[in-house]
Amino acid sequence: MEVRRGIAVAPGVAIGPALVLGSEDFRIPQRFVRVDAVETELARFRTSLEAAVAEIAGHEELAAARLGKQYGAIFAAHRQLAQDPKLVKDIEELIRQKCYSPEFASSRVLRKYAKSLQNLGDRYFAERANDLFDLEKRILRHLLGERREELTQLTAPVLVLAHNLTPSETANLDTKFVLGFATEVGGKSSHTAILAGALELPAVVGVGSFLSDVSGGEPIIIDGNQGTVIIDPDEETLGSYRDAERKIRTAAIRLSSLGPLRAETRDGVPIHIYGNIEFPNEVEHCAQRGAEGIGLYRTEFLYLESEQEPTEQAQYDAYIQVLRAFPTGPVVIRTLDLGAEKFPHAMQEVIEATPNPALGLRSLRMTLHNLPLFKTQLRAILRAATAGDVRIMFPLVSTLLELRQAKMILGDVVEDLEEQKVEFNPKVKVGMMVEVPSAALLADEFAREVDFFSIGTNDLIQYTLAVDRANPAVANLYSSADPSVLRLIEGVVKAAEKYNLPVSVCGQMSSDPIYIPLLVGMGLRELSVTPQSILEVKQAVRSLTLAQSREILHHARTLDVARDVENYLRGEMKKISPDLVL
Amino acid sequence: MRLENGLHLGPCSQIVQLAQKFNCDLSIRKGDRTVDGKSMLDLLTLAAEQSTVLALEARGADAAEALEAIAALFDRNFATDHPA
Repeated sequence: MEVRRGIAVAPGVAIGPALVLGSEDFRIPQRFVRVDAVETELARFRTSLEAAVAEIAGHEELAAARLGKQYGAIFAAHRQLAQDPKLVKDIEELIRQKCYSPEFASSRVLRKYAKSLQNLGDRYFAERANDLFDLEKRILRHLLGERREELTQLTAPVLVLAHNLTPSETANLDTKFVLGFATEVGGKSSHTAILAGALELPAVVGVGSFLSDVSGGEPIIIDGNQGTVIIDPDEETLGSYRDAERKIRTAAIRLSSLGPLRAETRDGVPIHIYGNIEFPNEVEHCAQRGAEGIGLYRTEFLYLESEQEPTEQAQYDAYIQVLRAFPTGPVVIRTLDLGAEKFPHAMQEVIEATPNPALGLRSLRMTLHNLPLFKTQLRAILRAATAGDVRIMFPLVSTLLELRQAKMILGDVVEDLEEQKVEFNPKVKVGMMVEVPSAALLADEFAREVDFFSIGTNDLIQYTLAVDRANPAVANLYSSADPSVLRLIEGVVKAAEKYNLPVSVCGQMSSDPIYIPLLVGMGLRELSVTPQSILEVKQAVRSLTLAQSREILHHARTLDVARDVENYLRGEMKKISPDLVL
Repeated sequence: MRLENGLHLGPCSQIVQLAQKFNCDLSIRKGDRTVDGKSMLDLLTLAAEQSTVLALEARGADAAEALEAIAALFDRNFATDHPA
């Protein structure tokens, strides 16, 4: 038995056999081919190379369209490398003259060039060797046809173990057979982690190198509560986990009876609970569990699920699907919030190459740089808004000018739709995420220019504490309970009260029951939470009184480090509703 | 070569893109090493740093035009309409 510790990103426990996904290191199956097979092998090489070139060209187009010409140019250079006549000639010669397999020949030639770059003694050129290694992997992948097909051909339950899962791989996991997953890399709020939550799959990421200890097929436990992966558990451990699994199931059944009940405190203060969703089909979970609407509809997945920008109609259809589940409740649609960490894998390399992606061209800034894309989304939202209480929310607003610019573009879209006599709702409410400290500090000023606030704690914490939440080395500094974060949230709530503006919290903080007394005490009456925590949050609300929550806030204010605040809140929740605290 | 980072990936790509439009052979020489101006790998492994003197050589029907076009690229220091 071996226990590995990682970062828990989606709760629950999964027990089952391991499925190890191929790592990026390709094993070359054979080095030589028969003389009479040379021509077929050459043809196979050319087809694979063409496919690799086409793939790079696709990324080039996508990067240019989404991020700008200079990003596209990086892929253009990669494409030219792949098409270099010298490279092609070298590889073909090895296949023809030495009967090397295309895999072996490609690897040999590219590594030879990479090595000569590394030997130049110049840092820039040495780093370019990585471009050649990338190209080697890409060609090999096409030659070997490894496209992670193992994931699409499942017939029995498995736990997926991988070095990394891209957001689209995660989203496409077949939840009928995949019971949970664990990855070597990744952090708490990476897109992959958020998707795991959305799929309600127990998941642990950032485990560090562990795949070499697993051969596949052996029993594994993924504990998404503790953040552990147990390889080959002994009977005792297995037994206690089976018990825990059973208990979790019973608790879930008990909680499900809360669905139809009102979310109000014991002394009758109503708290509106909304769901955070990623995919349209998650609305079903939200509706079943008694959410009153959708407080955060993340639209990134529309853009990530295929490598092409979604059409206006595709977006409209997705929005309508959500509205059908909540014809009267509010549905807050957040405009595209693609951040550096959320791009498709192939593009990530490019973005990571910029020194400070979290402070770079992302989210609203990216859409303001990409008006056709932005306007298409706004059109789709305004058109869908005829079918319900749709609200638009802009992410990552950091200055008033940015907000005004975004609103101006919305105004342009409204005019266009009027001129074209397209049916739409001109009276859509416009709000913003408060997730940058600058916006939290100027909440008074922003409050005069929007219809609602939604506090996005994930980014607010990252930017306030200067912690990259995906970096395991500093992840321990990331805490919702840090007094600086709490003070910023209180300030935003006060500003909203002053201007009589609806305000909600939609980050992962509001999905954790221990923070509910604190947030209610601050004056929050709207919480937007992950679908799987709707019932727990409702139970926390229903176990509280307003006086109690204010007292808890007062005491929490006297504590000066995150750990003390967190321990205190956990202790209080244990007294209020013991089974909500793990 | 006036580029601060030397003849890196971007400029190599520009040279190759341009050179491929011509039928003539194009070679670039640094010291005693001569490489194919239509090969990214060749140009990259030339590792021409800032202030290196490079010699352009073209052979073929459209050699003169090719030389002029590539030289112009060096003259404007690889600037494009969309500076990276």
